[in-house]
Amino acid sequence: MATGNAPTASEYVVHHLTHLNNTGHAQENVVDWTVINLDSMFWSLSLGVLTVFILWRAASRATSGVPGRFQGFVELLVEMVADQAKGIVHSAESRKFVAPLALTVFVWIFLMNFMDLIPVDLIPRIWEGIYASAGGDPAHAYQRVVPSADLNITLGMSCGVLLLCLYYNVKIKGFGGWVHELFSAPFGSHPVLWPFNFAMQIIEFVAKTVSHGMRLFGNMYAGELLFILIALLGGTASVFGFAGHLIAGTIWAIFHILIITLQAFIFMMLTLVYVGQAHESH
Amino acid sequence: MNLNATLIAQIVVFFILGWFTMKFVWPPIMKALDERASKIADGLAAADKAKADLALAEKKVVEELRKARESAGDVRGAAEKQAAKLIEDARSEATRIVAKAREDAEGEAAVAAQRAKEELRNQVAQLAVAGAERILRREIDAKVHADLLANLKQELQ
Repeated sequence: MATGNAPTASEYVVHHLTHLNNTGHAQENVVDWTVINLDSMFWSLSLGVLTVFILWRAASRATSGVPGRFQGFVELLVEMVADQAKGIVHSAESRKFVAPLALTVFVWIFLMNFMDLIPVDLIPRIWEGIYASAGGDPAHAYQRVVPSADLNITLGMSCGVLLLCLYYNVKIKGFGGWVHELFSAPFGSHPVLWPFNFAMQIIEFVAKTVSHGMRLFGNMYAGELLFILIALLGGTASVFGFAGHLIAGTIWAIFHILIITLQAFIFMMLTLVYVGQAHESH
Repeated sequence: MNLNATLIAQIVVFFILGWFTMKFVWPPIMKALDERASKIADGLAAADKAKADLALAEKKVVEELRKARESAGDVRGAAEKQAAKLIEDARSEATRIVAKAREDAEGEAAVAAQRAKEELRNQVAQLAVAGAERILRREIDAKVHADLLANLKQELQ
């Protein structure tokens, strides 16, 4: 963190919540398409590749004989996702892509969320060391290791789901059919109702996508922030702070195991639900 | 909480990973699962069939045992019958032989008696003639009195 003096609590929190990006300092505008968060991208990509590697390992060794523990575990996941997909998306053709995507999303988001359980200072500290030894100022060695606590990542995935929904809307209902639905549902096909229908539909799409991404982001961001605050407790270097860090950290970490799994599952289920809705006519 | 190009990159990664899973992960695992399911189904069917076969075989064994017992009974019955018949035959044969022997003996005895009677008769006739000769003190011509003698002989019979 700081070279000489220990940072204040607020400096510590802000430092922890600043992304490493291509500009080298915190992003100034709320929306800036020239900036990319290198830390989020690195961890997201690494964990994504790890996800498909794990799944691919199981798939490449899959036999119809007696499965080992690893194969059995992956098969359990596959079967769970396949069952859910079958119940929600009523098109075998669409399931060919949507079910594997849901599986990937589930494992990937779980791993991204799991980064929250790694001690909050561990990887940023290591990065500081690397950054400093490369001649950088450790005060600017930003590193956020939980990709799903980055709104860009979660909204990126929910926008991916939105694109998928639009694609299946057009594919299943035809472009004309979909446009007809945009203007005639949910209230009716009377011309007077068209603007209201269309407005409702747009609101629905936006709300679905934003809430889909925001839900995961909010949970993970709050979880990360809480870990940072608990770490601050330990940072007071008092008996109370140490005990508080230990107890609160343990309890929150155990509770967080539930949250990270649940959020990954919810994101996967909503992906299936939204794609399933794209197949249904109003 | 800022939006930037990370979002776009994440969309791209999202679809690439989904595509990879669809192409290289999902099909082999599903194939293995389906194959195993059909293997298990086959195994269960084979087990059921084996059980049915076993029951059938047991039934057959019982049936065969019953048949064997039955035929053994038949054989014993036949043997007993045959033995009884043999004994019966032997007995009747023996009876027949004894009867025949008795008959022969009786026949022989009758013939002997007849012969003895005959002889006796002749002797009696001669005695009578001799007696009469003595009584009459004269020779009776045997030829002249043959009829008389024959009559006498007849009467003695």
